[in-house]
Parts: sequence; structure tokens; C-alpha cells
Amino acid sequence: MTSLRGLLRKEFFHIRRDKRTAAVLIALPVVQVMLFGYAIRTDVDHVRLAVVDPAPDVETISLRNRFTATGVFRTVAVVPRIADLDPLLQSGAAQQAIVFDARFGEDLQRGVSPRLLVITDATEPNTGSLLQSYALAVVNQWASAADGASAVPTSISIVPQVRTRFNPTRESKNLFVPGLMAFVLTIISSLMTAISLTREKETGTMEALLVSPLRPWEIIVGKVTPYLLIGFLSAVAVLVEALLLFRVPLRGSVVLLLVEGALYILVSLSLGILISARTSSQRVAMMFALLGTMLPNILLSGFIFPLESMPRALQVVSYAVPGRWFVTIARGIMLKGIGLDYVWRETLFLAAMATVLLAASVRSFKERLE
Amino acid sequence: MTDVAIRVNELTRTFGAFTAVDHISFDVTAGEVFGFLGANGAGKTTAIRMLIGLLQPSSGNARVAGYDVVGETEQVKRSIGYMSQRFSLYEDLTPRENIRLYGGIYGLTRHQIRERTARMLERLGFSGVADTPVSSLPLGWRQKLAFSVALVHQPRIVFLDEPTSGVDPITRRQFWELIYEAASNGTTVLVTTHYMDEAEYCDRVSIMVAGRIAAMGTPAELKGQAGVESIDELFVRLARPVGAGEEHRTRGAGLVRPADGEHQ
Repeated sequence: MTSLRGLLRKEFFHIRRDKRTAAVLIALPVVQVMLFGYAIRTDVDHVRLAVVDPAPDVETISLRNRFTATGVFRTVAVVPRIADLDPLLQSGAAQQAIVFDARFGEDLQRGVSPRLLVITDATEPNTGSLLQSYALAVVNQWASAADGASAVPTSISIVPQVRTRFNPTRESKNLFVPGLMAFVLTIISSLMTAISLTREKETGTMEALLVSPLRPWEIIVGKVTPYLLIGFLSAVAVLVEALLLFRVPLRGSVVLLLVEGALYILVSLSLGILISARTSSQRVAMMFALLGTMLPNILLSGFIFPLESMPRALQVVSYAVPGRWFVTIARGIMLKGIGLDYVWRETLFLAAMATVLLAASVRSFKERLE
Repeated sequence: MTDVAIRVNELTRTFGAFTAVDHISFDVTAGEVFGFLGANGAGKTTAIRMLIGLLQPSSGNARVAGYDVVGETEQVKRSIGYMSQRFSLYEDLTPRENIRLYGGIYGLTRHQIRERTARMLERLGFSGVADTPVSSLPLGWRQKLAFSVALVHQPRIVFLDEPTSGVDPITRRQFWELIYEAASNGTTVLVTTHYMDEAEYCDRVSIMVAGRIAAMGTPAELKGQAGVESIDELFVRLARPVGAGEEHRTRGAGLVRPADGEHQ
């Protein structure tokens, strides 16, 4: 035990000597979350709207105003002919267009259904369908308001009341920030351990440790613990940032979230050890750590791309991505306020991964280097 | 415990078809300075790695400090010190911290560490640089420190793998003084080197060529038997290729190996 203590102290010495790295380790996640938090958004905002209005009158202008009044749409052009629309959409000057029929107002006055065309740039499918439903909602609201005003009796219709729960304002940052925590923590923890272990291999100090009476698990614990602490500090920093800067709600237990965070960091660290045990240079280890953790965590954790819309095969693959479980846990605790009774399955998965990875790394990190 | 510190019996290590260490046998007596000579790639490091428990032998066996290197690795590790070819100190730590680290790893008490650190720094004349990062010390100083650190737990046997490579002659000299000092305190020293002048400082030397021990004995014996002036001369003779016709042989098929009777 005294040997282990010595090793631990040494690792802290390293970190203290190398203040820049330590600062980067803690500050980087905070900065990354800030960048990503502002950059990755799927919220619809400032939609560039083009209007084709061959015969402007009270009705068309009223609907046009309705669009701009939402604060979501910004009219970038009003043109008389539909032929003028193509260049606007092609150049990206407009993302969406509403095209009034030439007899829009007239039809409305006569009680005939007027014709209106909504064109949406669906280059990005999700944004496209989102824009489309926004536009339709605006038109529907306008139509029902017009109905009420004209007091024309209409057929009975069912108007459902809708509630969106857990993220009522449907802000994407509420979805992304918990996911970002997972992403950032993995990168930091697996990268740092992978690098710090391979550095010892490169400099030859690992040999000295292996010749010493230290057991493999002691070497691993000695190397991992400091980074576990740093990773944990990063997690706390990111959480504070999420709460204060992004105002992401935290409806569940902070303690549970932090415990789950620590478990997740442990999984990532073990992955880092495994990588370092299999590689012999810092550069290769860094590449593996980045590729092995970053890509799966972006693509298969459900952090950006919803897992539900993935092919079954990929969903199965995603079970092996630790981030997937932590993202679900973090979102559940933060947005839904649920407790361990709901996330025990995910927690169990993470715990199992930590156990398997740690056991594997102790094994591959056998006493006899070869 | 007999006075045999290291007993090596038919120790062999193969890597695929390549035999790095080929049935070597030798004994090292306690308190002896044993020189382990050989060209680069002759198998010295592989042999040492088997003796310190970093590498599993393919066949044969060895006992270090009376313990079997395969079955009793733990006890072997507690009884030995090791200074690797590559630098084994942490460069961002100070000498004091390095000593404390290894003292701690080898389970010394805080009191022992403090006392030995003071003695060691004083002996090396390091008092002025005890708290400067190792990276800012000259290479020779670092090597001396690494040697002392390898001895911090007062092991019965110390393995030195090319401790003096790249070090200037004066520091090498000082280094050998440290080795003698350790030996006179009863520590057995097994040292590899490719400086043949250093071979003359050893009590006994073995010369490894292509995985086998080609010659072994005191420097005087070896020189006398071969009728040469220096170990260097003997070494060049032993290590030179057997014949021009065999130079094309691959490493796996058969390393150039001095056949017995080739060198009279």
C-alpha cells in the first residue's frame, strides 16, 4: 500500500509540474461545451422566408404579417412571380417560400378554399420538416383566427390540446448539453490515460515500474486515480456551466448525476488504459483514443443523431458505446428528474463495462512485457 | 543461502523462428562485478529481461537471489535493482522526488527514505540540485542518480543495462567508482556494456555473440587463453562474421555463430 501511495503522489507531481496540461484538462471541456452548446442547435430561428404574391391584398398581407409576427420568420424577398423564386432558393437567400395563388383573396371572399403553396428547402431533412410544420402551424392559426373573425359557421372539428413535457420550450441545448458532457468527459479521460501510460512506455520509466514489486493493478490504480479526479472536476465544471450559462434544468438529484458521471469517467479511463496497453507510442495511442472514443460518441450515443431513427444493426452496435448509456442517464436525470429506479439498467450497463474493461486492461497489462 | 547470487541454466528465449538467447548458462557469485558483454543485438538485453522477470523464458531456468525467475517473480523483484538502457527516472521530477518515489514503491518507511535521500544526495554531490527537475541535469549526472535510485532499497543484486552509454569518460570513471562501492558493500552487480575498456574493470566477464556465450572468465584469463592484448581485441575476433559466404543468411535461419575451434 505504501508503494501505491508513492506512485499516486508521483502522478500528482507530474500534473502539478505540468500546470498547462492540467489547466487545459479542466478548461477544455468547459470551452468545448460552450462552443458546441452554441454551435450545435437544431432550433428553428431566423428563417429566411420568400413570398410570392402576384396580387397583394388585405388577406395576403395579413397572412404575411402573421409569419413575421412569430419572430421566427424573416421575410427576405417579396416577388410577384413564382419564376423569381428559384434563384432565391438555389442561392440559399431563402430557406422557405410561401406562394399565394393569384386569386387567393378573391377565393377567400367567395368562401372557396384559397390555394397556398409552401416550399421548403429540405437539404437538411430535419430542419426542412421542422420548417414545414412551423409554416403550416402559422397558416392554420391564421386560418382559424380568420374563421373566428368572419364568424362563418364551420364544421365541428376536434382541436387537440397538446403539451410537450420535459423540454416544453423544445430547446435543443437542453438535449445537447447533457450529451456534450458525455462526449467531453470521454475524450479527456481516455485520451489522458492513454497518453500518460504510453509516455511512460516511451521514456522507459514503465520498465522501472514493472521491475518493481508493484503489482499491475497497483500501477493501473496509481495511473488512473489522478485522472479520475481531474475528469470529475471537469464534469463538475461542465455541469455548473450547463446550469448557469445554458440554463439547462437539473430536475433530478445532483448527487446521482455526479455518481453516474464518475462511473462513466471510470469506463472511459479503462478504455484509455486498454488502448495504451495495446500501443507503444503516444502518437498512435492518441489516434486510437480519438478515433475509438470520439466517433462512436458523436455518431452512436444519440447525442446528436437520434438512435431511434437508426437501422437496427447500428442500434445494436450502439449498445457497446458507453456514451449512449450515459447520455440517456444524464438526460433522464436533468430533464425528466428521474432517479435510479428508472436508470438502473443503464447504470448496470456502465458498471459492467467498467468491470470488463478494467479486468481486460489489468490482464493485457501483464507483468511480463511482451 | 549459498554465495551464488545468480544461477542461469540453459536459459533460452525465442521470438518466432529467431533465437535471441540460446541455451546460456552461468553463475554469478555474491559480491561479484559481472560484465555481460556483447554487440548490439547479441541478446544481452533479452537475457537480462528474463532475469528480472520482464520476459518469460522459452526454456531453461534461472534463479536470482535464490528465487526462481518464473515461479517466484515477486520475491525476485524485491531482491533486485534495475537500471535500464533507457532512462528510468522521471525527468519532470526532482532528484529528491525521484528517490522518494522509488523508495516508496519499494516499501521503505518515511524515515528510511529521508535518511537515504540525504545520504545519497550528499554522496553524489547533488545537494545543490536536489530540487531541480532532473531534465535540467547533465546526462552523466542523471545516470549516476539513476544508479543510486536503483540501489535505494539496498537490493542484493543490481542489474545495469548499458549504464554508461553516451556518457563522457570522466563520468564513466565516476560511475565505475559507484559500482565498486556498491560491490564492496556486498551488492552483486551484473552490468552490460559495449565499452571494452570497462570490461577490464569487471571481476569476471562473459561475451555474448548471437545469443550464446562465446567466452567467459576473468579478463586476465580470457586474454591469456586467446593470446590477445585486450578484451577489445578478443571481442572483435569473437564477434566478427564466420565467413564471407555466410553473410547472406537470414537472422531466422541461423545467426552468424562462431563455431568452436574457429578462433584459435
